[in-house]
Amino acid sequence: MQIVFKHIDVPDIDQIDVYLREGGYKALERTVKDMHPEEIIDVVSKSGLRGRGGAGFPTGKKWAFIPKDPSLAKYLCCNADESEPGTFKDRELMLRNPHQLIEGMAICCRAIGAKRAFIYVRGEFTQPIKTLNKALSEAYAKGFLGHGIFESDTDIDIQIHRGAGAYICGEESALLNSLAGVRGEPRFRPPFPAIKGIYDSPTVINNVETLANVPHIINNGPDWFRSVGTEKSPGTKVFCVSGHVNRPGNYELPMGVTARALIFEHAGGVLDGKNLKAFIPGGSSVPMLTEESLDVALDFEALMAAGSMLGSAGFMVLNEDTCIVRATLNMARFYGHESCGKCTPCREGTGWMVDMLESIEDGAGKIGYIDRLVDVANSINGRSFCGLGDASAAPILSSIKHFREEYETHVRERGCPFKGDAGFALREAGGGAGG
Amino acid sequence: MGVIFLKRTGVMLSEQARTKIIESRDSYPDRRSAVMPALYVVQEEDGRLTDEGMGEVAKLLEMPYSDVVGVATFYSMYFERPVGRYVLDVCKTLSCALLGAESLVEHLSRKLGIKVGETTPDGLFTLRTVECLGACGKAPVMMVGDTYYEDLTPEKLDGIIESLRREAQG
Repeated sequence: MQIVFKHIDVPDIDQIDVYLREGGYKALERTVKDMHPEEIIDVVSKSGLRGRGGAGFPTGKKWAFIPKDPSLAKYLCCNADESEPGTFKDRELMLRNPHQLIEGMAICCRAIGAKRAFIYVRGEFTQPIKTLNKALSEAYAKGFLGHGIFESDTDIDIQIHRGAGAYICGEESALLNSLAGVRGEPRFRPPFPAIKGIYDSPTVINNVETLANVPHIINNGPDWFRSVGTEKSPGTKVFCVSGHVNRPGNYELPMGVTARALIFEHAGGVLDGKNLKAFIPGGSSVPMLTEESLDVALDFEALMAAGSMLGSAGFMVLNEDTCIVRATLNMARFYGHESCGKCTPCREGTGWMVDMLESIEDGAGKIGYIDRLVDVANSINGRSFCGLGDASAAPILSSIKHFREEYETHVRERGCPFKGDAGFALREAGGGAGG
Repeated sequence: MGVIFLKRTGVMLSEQARTKIIESRDSYPDRRSAVMPALYVVQEEDGRLTDEGMGEVAKLLEMPYSDVVGVATFYSMYFERPVGRYVLDVCKTLSCALLGAESLVEHLSRKLGIKVGETTPDGLFTLRTVECLGACGKAPVMMVGDTYYEDLTPEKLDGIIESLRREAQG
């Protein structure tokens, strides 16, 4: 069953008339005309929908945290900063079906009593911003947004805020700072955004995919939503498959599908018929897993039990030719570059990890560096304001756990044992088995 | 996050740019929220973030100049120094790297005769490597202005460079 991609193949679904023909904005109309805000939150809670941005927090619960006091201004921020390496679903959801997101946002606004909402879109996504702007104008023209929507006393305004290239702004408290016009560094919590978010007001922050599910839940009910997925992770998930697979792309599948089915049935298997070396199931911020975990169900609980996380479902596949030190160095450089510098363990530690990995890869590494990498990663883990620090530790700790021998070989042989560009080669070059 | 080079250009923002910034300012519940859109307006007008432009943003949004610079230096998409007409942002993060992004960067570097971070002498191209662009399903990927180029090969890159050169001439 497809939910958020239900209309993905309908031509021109980005146009409001086509979206309306497919039953669009019916859910919003119902929530405005026939449903009490509490009732909307209740339906979403019962559906068991959990945040699709990475943390998996129950969406209904998040909405219910917002104070009911009508004198308080409340806000919704849609997190469309999609910058977790390996994740590319929100871009497609915005490009293909912008009204689905707008409708989901408007329903959330109605549920929590917010008159204003923002879509924080990463700066690079100029095309999705154009698509969303056009869709917003259409929705305003039809009276689905703005003053007194559907001839009610409900006012909802949605505005786009464009980021400017900073991974950290996908972290919700950094996103709030960025939107507020200060440097996008994370905030200390508590207070949580539900109490003091944007403009010190109660704020809900939801991912694009989370909000895109909402109109369907309102239309079809919580039991329908629970008919797919697992007990604790109901519904579907858009898995973004990339790296060494034959058919990379977005696959909307029931929560709990196995990694094996995702790679071999849906994504066409490992590129060029090679063997699998490792896969990263939830964006580069989650620990990598190996072949022995292929039958793990891809949902919040099962992946946690297997020592990784569902995260954003940015699913990256590495084949047998891939040098794991080089891959880990690539991810370490990412976190080193994106660390905002606020917390010392993350700011300094990410740089040290890059230095040591470079030495090992280039043949200047010492055997003690491997344990020191573990030590530094453990010293960052849990010692920063936001999750970026923890995220930077994940590739290091998991790669050493699974491939310590390969690290040792690098040190012993004074450099990378993999010849040439193997594992990092252009597709046309054929991957070059063994160099 | 780099150094702001204090280079006076003496150019003030156009009336049109000022109007855009004021409109943006008035669209938010708090005027400070308009600092990022305002910086984009400056960059569009001056090709980068000039001291004068940032000074005007500070005035229009009634915030300290240092706060404006603080925001400007936090992000990778604001240019603190002059760049070429086309900024080639090649993704170097894992999914693109696994499919040959490094070879593509080397190819571009050779073809244009510049290193990463440099601009061609004719002022046409600046070559940069950037972190994940969020289009990993079509890796390797490059962004030039508003356009994403996907499933790249050296041949495709050659074609893109040629067509940008033609666009610049015509």
